[in-house]
Formats: sequence, C-alpha cells, structure tokens
Amino acid sequence: MPITLILTAVVLLFAAVAAMSLRNLVHCALMLAISFSGIAAIYLQLNAEFVGFTEILVYVGAVAILIVMAILLTRSGEAPDRSVLTSGWAAGVAVTAMVFVILGWAILNSTGLPPTVTPAPSATVKNIGDVLMTTYVLPLEIIALMLTAAMIGAVIIAFREEEPKEKTKMEDGRWKVEQPSTLSTPASSLQPPASTGEKA
Amino acid sequence: MTTLQICLLTSALLFATGFAGAVTRRHAILVLIGIELMLNAANLNLIAFWRFGPHPELLTGFIFVLFSMALAAAEAAVGLALVIAIYRHKKTSNLDEVRDLKG
Repeated sequence: MPITLILTAVVLLFAAVAAMSLRNLVHCALMLAISFSGIAAIYLQLNAEFVGFTEILVYVGAVAILIVMAILLTRSGEAPDRSVLTSGWAAGVAVTAMVFVILGWAILNSTGLPPTVTPAPSATVKNIGDVLMTTYVLPLEIIALMLTAAMIGAVIIAFREEEPKEKTKMEDGRWKVEQPSTLSTPASSLQPPASTGEKA
Repeated sequence: MTTLQICLLTSALLFATGFAGAVTRRHAILVLIGIELMLNAANLNLIAFWRFGPHPELLTGFIFVLFSMALAAAEAAVGLALVIAIYRHKKTSNLDEVRDLKG
C-alpha cells in the first residue's frame, strides 16, 4: 500500500470538501489552491512530473488567482447572511451520492483493470516535445487557436460597455491620436481576470 | 487494493465533491470551482490509466491531460468573464436570481 499516496489523497479530499462547503468565498479559493497542489503531488508520485508542474503553473498559479480576482471584482468576499445552498440542494446531494456509489462499485468490482504494477514509463520533456510535434501537431494547433479565441471572447465579454458617444469618437480617429498604442490599449485596460487568463 | 484503484477512488470522490458543490451552491463562482474540481478528477483518471496501462510509452493519456488543462484554463477565463458581466449587469452573482436570458 503506497502510504504517501493515500496521505496525499486524504489531504486533497479534505481540501476539496472544504472548498465546496466553506461560507467565505476567499477561503474556498484558498482551499481550492491546496487541493490543486495535492493533485500535483499525486501526479508527481505517478511519474508524471511534467503534468505535475504544469498543474502547479496553470491551476495554482493562474486559475486560483483568476478566481480570487473574480471574487473580489464581484464584491463577494465576505460570507453572506442568507443560506449559501440552492433551494433544491437535497436532490443534488442525493444525485451526488448515487454517482459516487456507482463509480465506487464499478472501480472495486472491475475485472478489466491491469493487475500488476508496470515499471515507471519515461515521460521526459524531450519525449513529450517529440510526440507533440509529430503525432499530435494538429491537435496542438487547434488547441492554440481555441485558446486564442477563448481569450478574445473572455476579453470581449468582460469588457466594460462604452457609451455610444465614445464609440463615434473612436471611429473618426480622434481616439487613436490621444492614445498612441492603439492595439495594446484595450488589452492593458482590461479587467484583471481576462489579462491573467492570457498567461494561462 | 492496487495503486490504480486508490487513484480511481480518489478521483471518484473528487468528482463527487465537485459535483455536489456545482449543483448545491448558490454562488456562480462556487459552481465554476466545482466544475474545475470535476475536470481535475477526470485528468487524474487519465494520468492513472496512462501510468498503469499497457502502453505508457505512447504518452496518449499524458498528452490528453495537457490538452484538457488548456481547455480548462480557457473555460475558467470565459466562465469568470461571464460571471463578471452578469454581476455588472444585474448586481448579483446568486444563481437563483439569474433566471432570464433577456436583461
């Protein structure tokens, strides 16, 4: 029995339950960062070092910060006075319990799982780069395009709506003269979540 | 219980936790956090099957997790942008009060 794996999993699950049940949203975001770190630790123990460090960079570094930014921008940092659960929460808990029972039953009774522990595979950065640039080059390009489109979409959605007066000002060119860097101006005056997301 | 089964059970519990949060909490950001936890549970499954599967040298599950992380980052950015836009429009982020498509 791999005792470190079990301990990591227990810490991760406690943090995840706390992230979903605390009343204060900032505490929830901190617990979320802890559970992401726990997942990264499990990846490291499963010989997936690159994915583990990517998890820390992307999730703890970007997504958790993005969520904290969103919490602060929507002024929901303090715990509410009313109930934090939806009206139909009992049905939700019942469905969750059913999902977990079915999944657990399938895992514990499955006969198709490989029984023996294989030697650790080598997933060096060189191997990953080779595979990404040969077999998976098309998915890589598609995901790059998708990420760009999603970031532009996030910027457009979160961008503050301007008055029609200012828009006509932009069209006849006076706005460009006042602010020299036309392309970088919208990006620098963005809401923080969108600009943090670009780094992810 | 093998290591693979421990990983799969952890992932199932994580998925159930994220699902419970996503369907029972009122705040829109909490729902997004629940979705992130569910995505991470799926990634954990993929890595576990890559590690203990028959052909780990092909790196299929590994690469799938990298792509899935990129998708999750895009989803988080767009989702939080939507939450902020809704907050600016309606001055609330309580999902029980956001029930019509027309502002």
